[in-house]
Amino acid sequence: MEAVSEKITLDNQLTDWYFTNRDQLMSSSNSVFNSVRPAAMESFRKLGIPDSSFENYKSTNIPKVFLSPLHKYIEQRKILFAVEDLFHCDIPELDTELVLLVNGWFYENRPRLQVLPGGMIIGSMAEAAKEYPDLIKQHYSKYADYEKDGLVALNTAFAQDGTFIYVPKGAGGDRAVQIVNVLLSPEDLFVQHRNLVIVEDNATARVVVCDHSLSARHFLTNSVTEIYLGPNSHLDYVKLQNENDNSNQIATSFVHQERGSDAVFNTITLHGGLIRNNVYTRLNGEGASNQTLGLSLVDETQHIDSYTFVDHAAPNCNSHQNFKYILDDQATAAFTGRILVRQNAQKTIAYQANNNILMTSEARVNTKPQLEIYADDVKCSHGATVGQLDPNAIFYLQSRGISKREARLLLMYAFGHEILNKISVEPLRVRLSDLVDKRLRGELSRCNSCPLHCQETC
Amino acid sequence: MLSIRNLKAAINGREILKGINLEVKEGEVHAIMGPNGSGKSTLASVLAGRDLFTVTGGEVLFEGKNLLDLSPEVRARAGIFLGFQYPVEIPGVSMTNFMRTAINEQRKYRGLPEMNATEFLKLMRDKKALMEIDSALASRSVNEGFSGGEKKKNEIFQMAMLEPRLAILDETDSGLDIDALKTVATGVNRLRRPDNAMIVITHYQRLLDYIVPDFVHVLSGGRIVKSGDKTLAYELEEKGYDWIKEENEE
Repeated sequence: MEAVSEKITLDNQLTDWYFTNRDQLMSSSNSVFNSVRPAAMESFRKLGIPDSSFENYKSTNIPKVFLSPLHKYIEQRKILFAVEDLFHCDIPELDTELVLLVNGWFYENRPRLQVLPGGMIIGSMAEAAKEYPDLIKQHYSKYADYEKDGLVALNTAFAQDGTFIYVPKGAGGDRAVQIVNVLLSPEDLFVQHRNLVIVEDNATARVVVCDHSLSARHFLTNSVTEIYLGPNSHLDYVKLQNENDNSNQIATSFVHQERGSDAVFNTITLHGGLIRNNVYTRLNGEGASNQTLGLSLVDETQHIDSYTFVDHAAPNCNSHQNFKYILDDQATAAFTGRILVRQNAQKTIAYQANNNILMTSEARVNTKPQLEIYADDVKCSHGATVGQLDPNAIFYLQSRGISKREARLLLMYAFGHEILNKISVEPLRVRLSDLVDKRLRGELSRCNSCPLHCQETC
Repeated sequence: MLSIRNLKAAINGREILKGINLEVKEGEVHAIMGPNGSGKSTLASVLAGRDLFTVTGGEVLFEGKNLLDLSPEVRARAGIFLGFQYPVEIPGVSMTNFMRTAINEQRKYRGLPEMNATEFLKLMRDKKALMEIDSALASRSVNEGFSGGEKKKNEIFQMAMLEPRLAILDETDSGLDIDALKTVATGVNRLRRPDNAMIVITHYQRLLDYIVPDFVHVLSGGRIVKSGDKTLAYELEEKGYDWIKEENEE
């Protein structure tokens, strides 16, 4: 009962916060955001913060992370830091455009909106809504359904800024966009950002997102990212979650794919307290193909929960989901993977796997596949495994002189390798593999800066 | 080099080795034969340090050190090598990474500097040539998708890389056709040196046509019941293991 009343109080507080600040929100934002705000708030009032009475949130206590006292701001706070101190070295051989969000707001280390040679536009979401309202209106809040999830509704009700990436028809190519979400604050903070990626017909985008906390504070992030993939476009999206273990994160992404498009959406989770990742994919046009992948290495009291929903709404599409968890100490995890094959989605190929290694008897994982198939000519499969490292393999490695510790590390690394291998940009794959190796060795927690960009400051 | 005295070992409370005595000196090749279930593989596992087995008595000295006190990896670094009867598949760990880690851990133990990438790759190349190993094998994951013959060849390749003082080859011939057997045996013979030693465990005399032992021991019921020179292997082949059992009972 106590939990129920807590949730009601929490929902009321967030609702009050909205109405208290509504005028300021409306006056400081563009109509693109404002036109959806009231309906999103209405939906939030109905749904509230999802607690365990919501089927999709059974394994993760979301209200708990909202209950700790966090500062909330609806205007940008001045946070200054020397970008080059933190990010002065780049991924070798990888040409990236760096976009920084600090506490959810675009950081002006570069123009607020920039048209790059070749036509790609990157920058601030708020700025893009002002500059290109018609383009944004076509996509904004079209994929993120705020009527089903209170967290998406909350984000939409308060949306003000985030990152914007636009790749026009036929553009793109090798240049990767690196988005670094920096959390930097003298006080505990609640952060929401709203991001949009538009990849038009035959265009290509490579996006690397890194989530980092630069202060030893408690942060809570509730982010929403919408991704549109036009016909025959390509997207390679890698998200690296590496915040401090006192910070919690709910990241919800919507990937909308048109005919013949293909996407790889890969989430690598290293550090962070409670992490909930939602990835909704809609295969909306014939012949679209999607890979949604995840690798999580968690220990101590970390909690990782991945929810995926792949909606096969057109024929001849294929989807491949593969999530791997390594859990040490008392870490807990959940995976729910839902595949929906609609009646017209004939010749669908859908595959889903969740494999877990539990290093201790206290680590726990709940895994739940859900298949809903209405077409009759499809190939769908799913599987989940929970196990320990193979003692025969450990002994085999030891018998060659490799210590037990090193043998375990080699095997854990090998387990994650399958996911890392899907990162198509080689220098990025090498760097992330190295990070994963460091994480497994327990050498990463000391590092507070963005390890993708700079090792020296660690 | 190796001195096994009255070694007893059990698994799940059931005694498998009931008092083994064996002396192995530098330059010697010892064959251990015996019927199924006689304890041959158990002996190999116990010497390599597999913790499935509990040593219930006796002692093993390896170059003066009490072997049974050492962890499996320290035994390996001290120069013991076990060629597995069933080599383990390890997806995701490349042969190169595996061997480089193993060699460098062994070098560290001996106070040698780590081998750099160039030296290491040269060593791999040389040993592959020596063992007549397909080059692609080394770029694959450890034993993953290898045929039975490839796995056994890979064991001998690892032995060539690590240059152990004492190699224990557990039924290296099982599951091999005659051509694969010859290749593996040729590889093993190339590694024979006056300063190392081998214990070759086999069920059949056939392997011993190619790897000619200095001594043959017959293991039965957890004890060495007969020892002799290589002619003992032929005698066994002719008369079968029942002959030993009968002789033993008398």
